Amino acid sequence: MPLLDIKNLTVEFQTAGGMFRAVDSVDLTCESGEILAIVGESGSGKSVAMLALMGLLPWTANVTCERMFFSGHDMTSTDKSVRRKIIGKDIGMIFQEPMSSLNPCFTVGYQLGEPLRLHLGLDRKAQRKRSIELLEQVGISDPEKRLSAFPHQLSGGMSQRVMIAMTLASNPKLLIADEPTTALDVTIQAQILNLLVTLQGEKNMALILITHDMGVVAETAERVQVQYAGQKIEEQSVKKLFSEPHHPYTSALLSALPERATSRRLPSIPGVVPGQFDRPTACLFAPRCQSAQDICNKQVIRQPSSLGYTLCNFPLNENITKGALL
Amino acid sequence: MNKAPPIVKKNIIMQVQNVARHYKVSNGLLRGKSTVKALDGASFKLKAGSTLAIVGESGCGKSTLARVVAMIEEPTSGHIEINGKLADLDEPGTRKSVQIVFQDPYGSLNPRHKVGTILEEPLLLNSKKSNEERRHLAIEMMTRVGLRPEHIDRYPHMFSGGQRQRIAIARAMMLDPKILVLDEPVSALDLSIQAQVLNLLIDLQDSLGLAYIFISHDLSVVRHISEDVMVMYLGKVVEAGPAATIFDAPSHPYTEALLSATPTTDPNARKKRIMLTGELPSPLNPPPGCAFNPRCPKAAQICRINEPTLKENGLAQVACHFPNLLT
Repeated sequence: MPLLDIKNLTVEFQTAGGMFRAVDSVDLTCESGEILAIVGESGSGKSVAMLALMGLLPWTANVTCERMFFSGHDMTSTDKSVRRKIIGKDIGMIFQEPMSSLNPCFTVGYQLGEPLRLHLGLDRKAQRKRSIELLEQVGISDPEKRLSAFPHQLSGGMSQRVMIAMTLASNPKLLIADEPTTALDVTIQAQILNLLVTLQGEKNMALILITHDMGVVAETAERVQVQYAGQKIEEQSVKKLFSEPHHPYTSALLSALPERATSRRLPSIPGVVPGQFDRPTACLFAPRCQSAQDICNKQVIRQPSSLGYTLCNFPLNENITKGALL
Repeated sequence: MNKAPPIVKKNIIMQVQNVARHYKVSNGLLRGKSTVKALDGASFKLKAGSTLAIVGESGCGKSTLARVVAMIEEPTSGHIEINGKLADLDEPGTRKSVQIVFQDPYGSLNPRHKVGTILEEPLLLNSKKSNEERRHLAIEMMTRVGLRPEHIDRYPHMFSGGQRQRIAIARAMMLDPKILVLDEPVSALDLSIQAQVLNLLIDLQDSLGLAYIFISHDLSVVRHISEDVMVMYLGKVVEAGPAATIFDAPSHPYTEALLSATPTTDPNARKKRIMLTGELPSPLNPPPGCAFNPRCPKAAQICRINEPTLKENGLAQVACHFPNLLT
């Protein structure tokens, strides 16, 4: 049984113009010790799905799902107090903006001590000792001095290290990293990604990496789930995804990368992601798709696992994959 | 101290010599002031119709350089020549020839103005064109950058990020500039939109012969779009030269580390990275000698004492005591 098993998750928000569907029947599984990347452009619902799991969505959100199991616990029915013990302890999450994720009013030491006190019940002395260990683990020099530092005294990379230390405090089974390096420079990004992958290996954690950066996906992930406008459109191992994408959107996205360009002009995807009021009824990508046919505006089918669960009537690279299977 | 990068092709449209921009910051009451050298002597030559990319991490002075070149800020020292003439800020035509596009298309457009007003404003201030002429030019420009002319009476919030960046580009183009300073023009955009905007920039350059100063931290975009590259670190140029040379055979250890830290989109080619330890030092208190020495894997005694100057090294120029030394 997978560590995290989500089936048919839908999140809708109440807006002035009616219900807005941010996540649309998304399935997601993650085994322990695995690095799963969720990639998509802004508005693809990749963060919202994870926030729903963490119970961090505002009251305007309407979350429905068929099942949501984490490590054998049913996260939908479990009452709030049990849930709180799992969230933050067995599931940790770090966010995009390290500077604004830390509370500016409290020292690093206080904020690091909080999960140790709440989840592990350590006393002050043990908290301090463990905090120093944790800061050392995430590569912060001079950890004893840093404990009394306030967040504004730390750089972006350093704040993200503190955030990682906080989530590691209770030895989580699953770490969700929501665009952990988007706000950081490339040299710092390399440091943080390296740290996350090393810690993931050492502790045999599952890591869900939410990102929009195909480079980060290629270098760190094992399995990738691609989302578009709230739907999961494809899921494959990282190598397969980059060599044989099945969904036209994935393929178009990959060829829009300047690195893969063969001519001066980049192949781009015409149009924009559908909004709340111009959402197509069948395939959401059809209006921008090169290989769309009439049927794509009426219905869209989910392909089998051999084709990466692609949500497309005419998946690409079908023959390559079939040939490999024979 | 810095020589201009060796861009030998003809028609140099802009020449920047040793520009610096220092800021005074207060240390608190009664403690006096200290100087932040945000930009400390940068020189380059820009050819007509070509793209010079400026890369570096945050705090390296690339945006300050953009503002100085676009004449939003006056340099503390150094000078800028446009078409062989010293740029005189009091002369009305000077600013027209260099325009700037900012990173954040959400913050750089006035939310209370309609697109038409935004596009006509440069003409209103800088030309004596009539209302009809201005409107006509604005409509023409909207078509050119791929916006629908019937949207001229819409407000910026009614557009998507990519469309807003098109408006910002259109606004910069209204005065027919020869040089466009692009300060991270695509980094706020999604991948599929990024390609659209890059294509627009390429088309405009090809049809109008614009010269671009392209500021970015995304090296794959830089590699795709630029002919020449200038790498900056803590307010100084550390390496400059043709893009092919810089990307294929970097000679400064910082350039090397920057290239190695950039993730490649090939999962089969996961490489061993050169990991830089530590972070950018504070520009208030730069280290003695080479600014990069505390993080440099090759740093020797001389790097902690003497600051290297920009020297010719093959096709490129590099400020390092030990260029070409393999890490």
